[in-house]
Amino acid sequence: MSGPVRLQEILEDLALFPERDGKIEALISYGQEYQHPSPELVPRTPEHKVPGCESEVFVSSTPNPDGTLTFHYAVDNPQGISAMALGAILKSGLSGAPLEEVLKVSDEVIYDIFGRELSMGKSLGLTGIVKMTKHEAEKWLRRR
Amino acid sequence: MSNLATAESRRAEYLVSTLWVAENLDNPNIRFVESNEDPLLYSAGHIPGAAEIDWTRDLNDPLIRDYLDREHFDALCRRNGISQETLIVFYGDKNNWWATYAMWVFQLFGHTNCKIMDGGRLKWQRDGLPLVREKPTFEPSAYESGDRDDDTHRAYRDQVLEHVKHHGKMIDVRSPEEFNGTRLHMEAYPNEGALRGGHIPGAKSIPWARAVNPEDGTFKSTEELMTLYGGEADVNPEDDIIVYCRIGERSSHTWFVLHYLLGYPKVRNYDGSWTEWGNSVGVPIEK
Repeated sequence: MSGPVRLQEILEDLALFPERDGKIEALISYGQEYQHPSPELVPRTPEHKVPGCESEVFVSSTPNPDGTLTFHYAVDNPQGISAMALGAILKSGLSGAPLEEVLKVSDEVIYDIFGRELSMGKSLGLTGIVKMTKHEAEKWLRRR
Repeated sequence: MSNLATAESRRAEYLVSTLWVAENLDNPNIRFVESNEDPLLYSAGHIPGAAEIDWTRDLNDPLIRDYLDREHFDALCRRNGISQETLIVFYGDKNNWWATYAMWVFQLFGHTNCKIMDGGRLKWQRDGLPLVREKPTFEPSAYESGDRDDDTHRAYRDQVLEHVKHHGKMIDVRSPEEFNGTRLHMEAYPNEGALRGGHIPGAKSIPWARAVNPEDGTFKSTEELMTLYGGEADVNPEDDIIVYCRIGERSSHTWFVLHYLLGYPKVRNYDGSWTEWGNSVGVPIEK
């Protein structure tokens, strides 16, 4: 895929685990890296809420001096470990990347991360987090 | 014994509490089985000694739209140390939706010695009970099931068509918007869409989650369930009942409530559900 270098590196690291169990452990590690942001950083408003995500995820961003963004993910469901893992991956992989590169990320990157064995509901929720991240990037690009 | 008392006794037979599970963790005749939608949850922490049965990897045929066959079911049980005599207690995320689905598949192979942990993972965690990451290993069993029985608990499209012709009882467990055809898919499940919206003629709309207390994922009281299904859905123990949703998982939850908690003897799950019916040529649809 094309897109931000850091995200590409994370995907390459995950691809080193051909077995399901190894990949799951790696994803759980990302989930454990997830840090719940303060409510001030991620407003719980409809415009920040990921539609269709049962884990109650909210996405926001703050601008960096170089014109890039730092992305923030609030996962309010304590059982939403996949959402937490994805939030940690996107925060690390997309924060600080050129916004044009963020927009190039495919919604289907979730299958590169989690594999194809996702239920349809889980797929939609996780895809929604990626879409919302790109929406944040698009909003800032339009303001330029 | 009154209907309520009979149903209460069945409830005690097929539902166990989180406390009961905590007290029986070391019982060698019981296998606790976690079945989730979220693929990371089990590995991130599960009930000590519990096995995982994954709905896509373990229960579905990877090629055709069907469940696993006898050979693969036996292999699944053997590697999880499950014998024909083992009591299986299923639990999972999403109000035990996937746990009841797994239990339904086990019924197809005649393994009826099963229970559900009331409240699933949500209740276990809310009760402050321990989760561990260590995955258990099991002494392989010599499980040998019979042929898969697709008649008792499962309904196929042509059987549903006959059921419609004879004005049989049916419950549609999808959302009201799916039932009335204003939405072609469940809000969070766009890939399970269909070309036509509406419901199977004669079906009553009782969304599956109405059987659950949302605050802790436990099943509603027997009296509440009897009112919901016997009253609002107008289904009775003597009825031949078919339940359906979009792909047969949500309806397995209602199948469990009707067949096991309320004791209705003839309840079948139409797993083809709306993804088959709403895409089939020439079948009747109501809005």
